[in-house]
Amino acid sequence: MKSSVIVFPGSNCDRDVAVALEKFKIKNEMVWHNEASLPKSDLVVLPGGFSYGDYLRAGAIAGKSRIINDVIKHAKNGGLVLGICNGFQILIETGLLPGILLRNKNLKFLSKNVFVKVINTNNKFCSNYKNKKVIELPIAHNEGNYFADYKTLKNLEDKDLVVFKYCDMDGNINDVSNPNGSLNNIAGILNPEKNILGMMPHPERLIDPILSGKDGSIMFQSLKK
Amino acid sequence: MKITQQIVNKHGLNSEEYNKIIKLIGKKPNLLELGIFSAMWNEHCSYKSSKKYLKTLPTKNKKVIQGPGENAGVIDIEDEDALVFKIESHNHPSFIEPYQGAATGVGGILRDVFTMGARPIATLNSIHFGDHKHYKTKNLLSGVVSGIGGYGNCIGIPTVGGEVKFNSVYNENILVNAMAVGLVKKNKIFYSKAKGSNKPVIYVGSKTGRDGIHGASMASAEFDKNTEEKKPTVQVGDPFTEKLLLEACLELMKDDSIISIQDMGAAGLTSSSIEMASKGNLGIEINLNKIPCREKKMTPYEMMLSESQERMLLILNSGKEDNAEKIFKKWGLDFSIIGKTTDKKDLVLKFNENEVANLPISALSTEAPIYDRKWKKALLPKKTSLPQNYKSFKIIDSLKKILMSPNNSEKSWVWEQYDQTVMGDTIQKSGGDSAVIRIHGSNKGVSLTIDSSSNYCESYPLTGGKQIVAEAWRNLISVGSNPIAITNCLNFGNPEKEKIMGQFVECIQGMKEACTYLDFPVVSGNVSFYNETNKKTISPTPTIGGVGLLKNLENMMTFGLKELGSSLFLIGKTSGHLYQSEFLREVVGTKDGPPPEVNLFNERNNGFMIRDLILKKLLNSVHDISSGGMLVALSEMCIRGKIGAKIKIPNKNISSYEYLFAEDQSRYLVEVSEKNKKEVVKILEKNSVYFEIVGKTQKDCLDLEKEFNIKVEELIEINSRWFKSYFNEN
Repeated sequence: MKSSVIVFPGSNCDRDVAVALEKFKIKNEMVWHNEASLPKSDLVVLPGGFSYGDYLRAGAIAGKSRIINDVIKHAKNGGLVLGICNGFQILIETGLLPGILLRNKNLKFLSKNVFVKVINTNNKFCSNYKNKKVIELPIAHNEGNYFADYKTLKNLEDKDLVVFKYCDMDGNINDVSNPNGSLNNIAGILNPEKNILGMMPHPERLIDPILSGKDGSIMFQSLKK
Repeated sequence: MKITQQIVNKHGLNSEEYNKIIKLIGKKPNLLELGIFSAMWNEHCSYKSSKKYLKTLPTKNKKVIQGPGENAGVIDIEDEDALVFKIESHNHPSFIEPYQGAATGVGGILRDVFTMGARPIATLNSIHFGDHKHYKTKNLLSGVVSGIGGYGNCIGIPTVGGEVKFNSVYNENILVNAMAVGLVKKNKIFYSKAKGSNKPVIYVGSKTGRDGIHGASMASAEFDKNTEEKKPTVQVGDPFTEKLLLEACLELMKDDSIISIQDMGAAGLTSSSIEMASKGNLGIEINLNKIPCREKKMTPYEMMLSESQERMLLILNSGKEDNAEKIFKKWGLDFSIIGKTTDKKDLVLKFNENEVANLPISALSTEAPIYDRKWKKALLPKKTSLPQNYKSFKIIDSLKKILMSPNNSEKSWVWEQYDQTVMGDTIQKSGGDSAVIRIHGSNKGVSLTIDSSSNYCESYPLTGGKQIVAEAWRNLISVGSNPIAITNCLNFGNPEKEKIMGQFVECIQGMKEACTYLDFPVVSGNVSFYNETNKKTISPTPTIGGVGLLKNLENMMTFGLKELGSSLFLIGKTSGHLYQSEFLREVVGTKDGPPPEVNLFNERNNGFMIRDLILKKLLNSVHDISSGGMLVALSEMCIRGKIGAKIKIPNKNISSYEYLFAEDQSRYLVEVSEKNKKEVVKILEKNSVYFEIVGKTQKDCLDLEKEFNIKVEELIEINSRWFKSYFNEN
């Protein structure tokens, strides 16, 4: 398994995700945003951060960056793409995933650990979550409030493309357990081919028991398989 | 332009100082030169009122690599690692424009840290606001918090600790103190001292604009009714550019290109160039036509006094310019060779082929005025008799009132706006006694705390200064770390007033005693005077940022209760000192009397005992007892651990109120498993550490025998209510 982490000038979770990939023995390379093409990779990660400052809509400029053309090509050829936080926002800007991420419902940046239910384990990213479906992960974002029109949302739900939903400790999915106002408590979605995952929570930040948990590890273990 | 008395005054200089300038430089300064003097001689940059006393603070121990005088202090944290840290105030700008003021405060302190070659790994902050009912408070609080978050979150440095306090003394003068901590290899530390003449002087980072002109002078004067007009003196932050600057600087620092480096902070290009030259005993020549400017037709005066953010000044080894330029261009930053070092020891500025300023460096730096201001000793307030009615408040009601007060409420409303976990090494976040950050790739960590106690300092500065150092030390002990050193941010009123100067002098005296006794030196810091508006001054507020080392993170301690049926030990003596306590302030409503005294012998003895017990793995949880006293500390342990406790007041000649709410110092509340109880008792007795066993942990409820019984769930609800209801959120 070989991965590439795209480094935009304002990425700030690039190192964290590289550490996580390497911890689970995925051979990783960092790829500068201004490169024209990707090295040979099975997985491309768009990390969290503020790609170009995000003074414009989050991810808007990154969605038009030089490297992104090759990322899109990689995705359309069936290569795995994981977008975390700002990476999710970028995937939406490129059109690889549908919908939009609005500002959080209370219009504030929100950084906390939340519970997330794994809805779909039938994909490369989540297969190891079969035995643990309610997990804890940190979120840290200002624009994570997932929104889509009725048709898109219905399609996502009907085709089982919603992977993660915010929930409470017991797995209940409701308004109280929705931290940012996302429709249907959506925290992460797949494309129909299930090779592209965009998610707001940060699995790379919870890969070590000393960091208050290791539910994030399971994703990297799934990917490693 | 003729320099009139009015122009001189507008530059914050008095006629005596103006005459001194003329004498030093042997001519009348032109407007640009006057502006430069004003930037260097103001209180903020020159420390003219504080220098005499700052010099008395201890600044060394065997861990200190660099004390005050550099961009930040540096300590040895073993192996190849060193920790760089500093705290700084951004009070005045934050009051005028809370978002940008706070944001650039964070940006400035981060630059101080990465200027020294360190990658920032955490920030903390101490923010003080006026009474929550004051009409400005809500706006200032939300602006400052989102400003701190906006900057730190974007650049990707976790904000891991802090304090948020409310007091009407800050109604018109809020405090925003930001601390940054960075990690560097011991042999890769960079300094600001220039070396060698005829070396290229390089400007990198953002372009220079007209923002922040005279920012440092603004921060060296009181506010009045025209404060709003000072908005143009506040800088605007661009965290994205700071991120680029951080990465570009660290990339360039990998080899030996840089001789010295200094960030352009307060007083911008002026102070950075002069400080570098002064430290290296050199001169500097700058061609102002080479300064990257954001706006057209900027004058030399504007360029020299702008406080535009995200800029650095470098002195490079000759021949390294091309490589350096390549790196900065890669990161999309401006890079301009603006001048050179000289051996003439003057600052020479050229613009359009003309020499527009020529000043001796020494006149601007070492010869700047130092004042020995008059000061008045504070009187120790008498222990007047406590209000008769204080026992009419029920204990449970008092506890609830304290726990739901703005100052003692749980503050996740604030902390959740800060990214606390980016970088993947945050082991303890905000809300513990100290934050703990793992040193990346290792199993050791550093503990970080930030503390102030303005009520104690207002009441009696000498004790207040001592207490706050001790409290920071105690907070570091409580997580199982070894306290090493501090950085301090000294927020005071107008030093030209004898009372204020006295507060400053005596706070320093108290700090000095505690720092010396606890071997807890000051390695960096900042002084903020003139926190006054319309002659109304703040309480003296020294803020302490403390740093400790945890050699092995497996020995880290937290304060949430861990198991049922374990014993609760109160370590340290309770004499029942209620004066200046939260109980008297929040519940009874009186502010009289002296603060609790600090016995430094007991402080050290109790602290080292706690640390040793933690290392021996004999304790389940530890919490230092501070604001609110023992009952509040216990409630916090219950809340954090979601476990109850049953306690009993021992027969004593003090009242229950005194026992439960006193803020006697040097005390800890610790949880001990049944299996370790005997051993702990034995060790405490052997070491003559005073302790009492006050009760046991239990399920669900906090019980005080014969008094009350409250569900932990209710405590949690009470404690977390205030911020949300203040901002009408669910």
